[in-house]
Amino acid sequence: MADQPRILFCHCNYARVVPDEVKQGVLDGLCQSGRAFEAVADLCEMSARRDPALKRLAAGEEPVKIAACYPRAVKWLFGSCQAGLPTDRTEVVNMRELSADDATAAVLNDMVDPNLPADGSVASTEGEKKI
Amino acid sequence: MAIADETTLRIVLYEGEGAASLDAADRGATVTALLEQGYAVTCAGAGAVAPADDSALLVLGRFENGQAPEAEDANGEVSVAFRDITGLDTEGITALVETERASTQSAKHGEWKPWFPVIDFDRCTNCMQCLSFCLFDVYGTDEDQQIQVQNNDNCKTNCPACSRVCPEAAIMFPKYKSGPINGDVVSDGELNREKMKIDISALLGGDVYQMLRDRSQRSRSRFSKERSSDKALGERTKCLTKLAAEADIDIPLEVLQSLPSADEIAKKAEAANAKAKAALGSQSS
Repeated sequence: MADQPRILFCHCNYARVVPDEVKQGVLDGLCQSGRAFEAVADLCEMSARRDPALKRLAAGEEPVKIAACYPRAVKWLFGSCQAGLPTDRTEVVNMRELSADDATAAVLNDMVDPNLPADGSVASTEGEKKI
Repeated sequence: MAIADETTLRIVLYEGEGAASLDAADRGATVTALLEQGYAVTCAGAGAVAPADDSALLVLGRFENGQAPEAEDANGEVSVAFRDITGLDTEGITALVETERASTQSAKHGEWKPWFPVIDFDRCTNCMQCLSFCLFDVYGTDEDQQIQVQNNDNCKTNCPACSRVCPEAAIMFPKYKSGPINGDVVSDGELNREKMKIDISALLGGDVYQMLRDRSQRSRSRFSKERSSDKALGERTKCLTKLAAEADIDIPLEVLQSLPSADEIAKKAEAANAKAKAALGSQSS
């Protein structure tokens, strides 16, 4: 149980870029599973408003599964608020690319396949050092 | 726009000891309704959830005998309130939560479409092209002359133009329709394509400003008696819209319409350039 990943679900409220059937399918799957999870209305809004809750969501020792959009975007939505996600134990399940069934299965699977871009993977900048 | 200094409300849907479980359909409907109102929800169940911070907690549950417990944080650090939701439909639950939010003066969400640039600092080389390009003061630098998004609420909704001038495709708009601007992986081919777009838009951008200045000069000499701000606005919009369409730069009409005047654009561009040069100069010194 200790290694069971924590689950975070983004509802991507304010745009239709995540298909409704996918995000509702994943949310229904989570609600049926009996698993604990965190659900947020929109990670973009939280990042734009520097919501301190991002630090809470990024904190903790457990591996994390995040049902949202592209891993690169998710990494920097958190990173721009000084709430860096651990790259070695964070898996982002991309609801823009996967079907509802595939995304739900990926979220509820206890195996974590870290897929955030590695820190400094392209360019070394002062910004990366700061965050 | 930042809510870092405001109280935030964390809603916990509690189904543990002393409360009845919700069936999956009710749980789903409740969580969905709260999310649609902009709230963050923790569903306590099997497994870990995010640790507590200093956010106020509103604990919802179908408590025994319809009586929510009276309790407080043992450390006295976190505001905790329990509310019974027995018999409430989703509308009733969201109304209850909104009342609690208002009474605790917690931050209100969902009043603005979150459209703003997100910088990928793995790719960013701090070249300041975005700062030079943006006419709406979205970008700035911190005390270390590092590029930052400082005024994200100045950003024009649905306009991804600055991401196209970034030579490293380091600027993302996560709600954009396609990659790599939406955060999708940047392939070499896409990077080249982005670079081609930059060349085109930079070229046209220069032409646009020059053309506007030329037209302005011409209109002063030829049509000085019939000059009107409406006419100038219409002409500018037509010109920019045509160029935008030809260049396929995907800048929304309302953004083009809200552009400052040609003279203001020239001044702003000059100021942004000076700011970028100063930041770059400071970096190299």
